[in-house]
Amino acid sequence: MSLNDILDSLFPTGHAVAVANSVITGQAQTAHCPVAVLGTTDAAAIDHAMALALSAFILDTVERHPGRPLVFLVDTCGQALSRSQELLCLNGSLAHLAQCVDLARRQGHASLSLVTANAVSGGFLSFGLMADQAYALADAQVRVMDLRAMSRVTKIAHERLVELAAASPIFAPGAENYRRMGGIEAIWPTPSAERLAGALVAAGQAGPAGDRRMASGQRRGGRQLAAAIAEAVHHAAAGA
Amino acid sequence: MNAPLANRKSWFEATARARIGGLLDAGSFVEFLQPAASQPSPHLAQLDLPGAFDDGVVVGCGRLEKMPIFVIAQEGQFIGGSVGEIHGAKIVGTLRRAVEEKPAAVLFLIDSGGVRLHEANAGLIAISEIMRAVLDARAAGVPVVALVGGSCGAFGGMGIVAKLCSGIVISEEGRLALSGPEVIETVMGVEEFDAKDRALVWRVTGGKHRYLMGDCALLVDDDLAAFRSGAAEFLTGWREAGPSLAALRSSQQALENRLAAYATYRDGLDVWAALGVAQPDSVPLLDSDRLVALKKGLPT
Repeated sequence: MSLNDILDSLFPTGHAVAVANSVITGQAQTAHCPVAVLGTTDAAAIDHAMALALSAFILDTVERHPGRPLVFLVDTCGQALSRSQELLCLNGSLAHLAQCVDLARRQGHASLSLVTANAVSGGFLSFGLMADQAYALADAQVRVMDLRAMSRVTKIAHERLVELAAASPIFAPGAENYRRMGGIEAIWPTPSAERLAGALVAAGQAGPAGDRRMASGQRRGGRQLAAAIAEAVHHAAAGA
Repeated sequence: MNAPLANRKSWFEATARARIGGLLDAGSFVEFLQPAASQPSPHLAQLDLPGAFDDGVVVGCGRLEKMPIFVIAQEGQFIGGSVGEIHGAKIVGTLRRAVEEKPAAVLFLIDSGGVRLHEANAGLIAISEIMRAVLDARAAGVPVVALVGGSCGAFGGMGIVAKLCSGIVISEEGRLALSGPEVIETVMGVEEFDAKDRALVWRVTGGKHRYLMGDCALLVDDDLAAFRSGAAEFLTGWREAGPSLAALRSSQQALENRLAAYATYRDGLDVWAALGVAQPDSVPLLDSDRLVALKKGLPT
């Protein structure tokens, strides 16, 4: 589905969104209120310039449109794999972007992300997963790493990884696995203005309530351990 | 000051528990979730891989020069300090506890390649939860200080987490980046990044480079006592200000300026020369005191 089709489906009453260097920024109208729209397209490999374009747009929104909800459209194959990018501390620019999303939340901007095609690793961590809630279109790809690279790092044969990826929910790529683990709130069969309106209301409530993804993951049976472990550490008497 | 080499105890070579022992006031450490109260990762067991009762991270409380602090220490020797479901949940639980109990700081001893690929989805979501929990602790007024000097450095999502902390204390041996050189080499080719060229890897990701560029607050020797005094020094000079538009605007400007100035460089040597270092070739040979002095003398 093209970006324009997605935008037309989400915002039938109007949108004015520009794409530059695979970075999406603009404004759109929903039934209830105007929203700021931002993200990446064409499976962008997030680099410094993209991260800083996104963070600048978030800061502009916080400054000029207090409280305006943020809608992130996520299509990223991860971070740019390049020596010059690492030389300038790419993790630092991604952390800055994450801090800007966090500031917006603290200043009362509801945020939600929609994975439109691909969500991979660092590119997903820095803004898609920082939103109050994340959603994915049904055919979206959500994963951590290219299986060839994963094979070299884990020293598990590529064929074995392919086999495991088909069988294991905790490991296997796929939006549905992320939903079961609590990382993605719901999967949308198609983008629609009605789903977006409902999700914006939910995001507005989720932001102030804090990070509830562990509880969701437990309720949905995908992450059975995390919630209880975090709770035990949080409340156990020191040394108990 | 540099301790004589013979008196140093290497942070790089120490285990997570030995680092905690050398960092905190003697005998003050108390573990929140002792290994016997936890369990090894069932996801690793499913792959016939050995687990660890602490799942590669030690969390607890103690004192640093009498200040009450929390500590999170990743064990780089266990699957690269990688973040799996239990490992991540222990870190998140500790940071959430800090929001309520408000210790003087959380010391985060990062030694990790990032997501544990054997539990990739759980690991990625856990790192996202850690990111939010670090920012929640800081917003509650609790500084979170990253200490980076272990064999695995701070890579992947943990590289992002390190940069979300109040500041980073790093040693020359410490490395901080997003993608590991091996991953870049595998995907983009050896011409892009030769992961076997250790000197190059250090010039791109190493502690001295990150310190010269201002990405880390302090550069210390590879010594338990040096990290202890570095953490205390950082906290003495630090007041945790809440998140603000003005502060992030200022960071935004600095990052944009840096990108405009250095975007085309591919080696630390070139950036150091552009920073005003007269003899970039000498940087790898300088000890930490001399490098700190060199940075102080650079044009700003």
